[in-house]
Amino acid sequence: MSRLPVRKTYKLFIGGAFPRSESGRTYDAEGANVARGSRKDLRDAVRIARQAGAGWSGMTAYNRGQVVYRVAEMMETRRAELAGLSSGADEVERAIDRVVWYAGWADKLAQVVGSANPVAGPYFNFTIPEPTGVVGILAPEPPLLGLVSRLAPVLVGGNTAVVVASEAHPLVAIELAECLATADVPPGVVNVITGLRRELAPQLASHMDVVALDVTGADGDLAELERLGAENVKRIVRGKADGQSPYEIEAFLELKTVWHPIGM
Amino acid sequence: MIKDKREVARRGEAAAIPTAWEYAPAPESREIVHFEDRYGLYIGGQFLEPLSNERYTTIDPAREEPLAEIAQAGKADVDRAVKAAREAYAERWSQLRPSERAKYLFRIARILQERSREFAVVESLNGGKPIRESRDVDLPLAAAHFFYYAGWADKLEYAFPNRTPRPIGVAGQIIPWNFPLLMLAWKIAPALAAGNTVVLKPAETTPLSALLFCDVVRQAELPPGVVNIVTGDGRTGAELVSHPDVDKIAFTGSTEVGKAIQRTLAGSGKRLTLELGGKAANIIFDDAPLDQAVEGIINGIYFNQGHVCCAGSRLFVEESIYETVISKLKRRMKTLRVGDPLDKNTDVGAINSKQQLDKIGSLVQSGIDEGAEIYQPPCKLPERGYWFVPTVFTNVAQSYRIAQEEIFGPVLSVLTFRTPDEAIEKANNTPYGLSAGVWTEKGSRILAMAQKLRAGVVWANTYNRFDPASPFGGYKESGFGREGGRHGLEPYVALDGS
Repeated sequence: MSRLPVRKTYKLFIGGAFPRSESGRTYDAEGANVARGSRKDLRDAVRIARQAGAGWSGMTAYNRGQVVYRVAEMMETRRAELAGLSSGADEVERAIDRVVWYAGWADKLAQVVGSANPVAGPYFNFTIPEPTGVVGILAPEPPLLGLVSRLAPVLVGGNTAVVVASEAHPLVAIELAECLATADVPPGVVNVITGLRRELAPQLASHMDVVALDVTGADGDLAELERLGAENVKRIVRGKADGQSPYEIEAFLELKTVWHPIGM
Repeated sequence: MIKDKREVARRGEAAAIPTAWEYAPAPESREIVHFEDRYGLYIGGQFLEPLSNERYTTIDPAREEPLAEIAQAGKADVDRAVKAAREAYAERWSQLRPSERAKYLFRIARILQERSREFAVVESLNGGKPIRESRDVDLPLAAAHFFYYAGWADKLEYAFPNRTPRPIGVAGQIIPWNFPLLMLAWKIAPALAAGNTVVLKPAETTPLSALLFCDVVRQAELPPGVVNIVTGDGRTGAELVSHPDVDKIAFTGSTEVGKAIQRTLAGSGKRLTLELGGKAANIIFDDAPLDQAVEGIINGIYFNQGHVCCAGSRLFVEESIYETVISKLKRRMKTLRVGDPLDKNTDVGAINSKQQLDKIGSLVQSGIDEGAEIYQPPCKLPERGYWFVPTVFTNVAQSYRIAQEEIFGPVLSVLTFRTPDEAIEKANNTPYGLSAGVWTEKGSRILAMAQKLRAGVVWANTYNRFDPASPFGGYKESGFGREGGRHGLEPYVALDGS
């Protein structure tokens, strides 16, 4: 007696929920009908990501680190599913270990990236890193490790993200979204849109509420995306699709310097 | 509060006293400065005639008198400068031991200190800023900036943990007219310390201190081509930005031009840092030390005629102290001395150019037209030159252009708030994010405000302080990248490693 398996419907991940594209469209990828996110879906995601910013960046660094660590825990329990949708166990294990590595950075960034500045006068002066805001990510390949390598530094620094998943291999991004949804990552902090890059990337690059754009995975016209990004002086980040470093986090941080007089 | 009002009114009666003070003129001598009739382009360690064969006249904005003929560098001139910088980079500067680079920069710092009076007079003559400011702010800070980064040159590996920093190559640098020599120092010192060579374009209206700096470079015996200065207007800047052999562009100026540069560089892979405009909020709470706060407001907006990207041009006053603050502010404004930049008593000098004067005038007119209430203290302006009376607008709505757009002049817009949340909301309601000010005696509130203000520099119970050790730069459309401090090295190094 064979049992008919229950299939998963692959939808978008916006505001902690898994909606279909408002357009009702899908496209065929990896043998599934994947949601073909529209520009409206992307705008919704940016709006929600922006709203989620205050809560996520306002968390203590210790707390944020624990949430990111919990993402690794959730990934660990879904190793088989993630492996089936990526290049295999090795990619999954490296991705999980990378999340753990980044989780530990949350409460060390200010000490490594910030500074106390010895100015020539009676002032206390210090510089601290702060999240830049909503970050747009064009996920690079390989679909899981690439996405995790770009998303984890954005997240751990306190930013919120709108991810455009790999067009050819979108399923693992949604699988990862399910890990995020069960890892106490607050709704809206990460949003994943699947669909066609040529429709979505220019929209993400030109959106005035997207403060930084990660183009590591850009496979289209990079020059055009950067041009669109100039409209609100976007931070354009070309990072490594497979690498980990505090400098990758720093690319999505602003530095704030505070002065106060010293006196009795 | 009523008691306060009476007190203010009572003191207001007596307020005529300070304005009645007469000062004898105390002009700084300009004899220390000698200008050539005409200047070439400083390329490869010597002054060359411009291939463009184009020139323009640079003037003293306080007297509308010509000071010298300046070269307008064209495409071929910029190309020559970049070639000289490339050659100097490959053959000399990047080959030098970092400790030797450091010593050159220390030399420059020392020479600037030695010649600071001369440079201060040049800054005031060509830029219109009061000699008190060029002497006490611009020059000491410029020299300090070279001294600070000199020390980094042979310690870069300590600035970037787990990395081997390398220089990038040739940096193209474009600077504004508000702090000509100081901006030159902010650009050249970290670039050279990290082992790069530079082609720098000073602002069209204020080239003279940069050209005089070439003589400092000569005295320091810097290898030829390490520092190249090309003068000209925006066309020269555009040539520098689009030159294929420039590895990095650093720009300080308007947000509009910054965006154009970012568009030009799109897809080129060139590195870019931008320090752009601002519309800073200066927030005064009811428990602030009011007399100090008023000094901070004055310094925030009238320092350097308001030609300051981080100027505190939007004043937010807690409603309960509004009348007291405005009355103290107006009293203080009456004591500002507007006039000859070379007079040591002058507080507010000349507007940098006719073009800028017109821009300020049209924005002020828009403030009047939109319904704001204008106040300008009685003030006798010189007959010649470009001048603008220190101005404050009250009854300003958030939507008015004077509350939204960068005026870059001595014009303050006053708004009010009732709660800290409202102050934050209004302060952050701008595409800019360069700086902000907070005045309160409550420590926890200072830190909460500093945390919530989306700005790269927050001055608490002070304003417009600068230091080479202190990183400076913006959030949002005020740009990206930092100048000053350890962080100011980052735009000028390539970091190896994964």
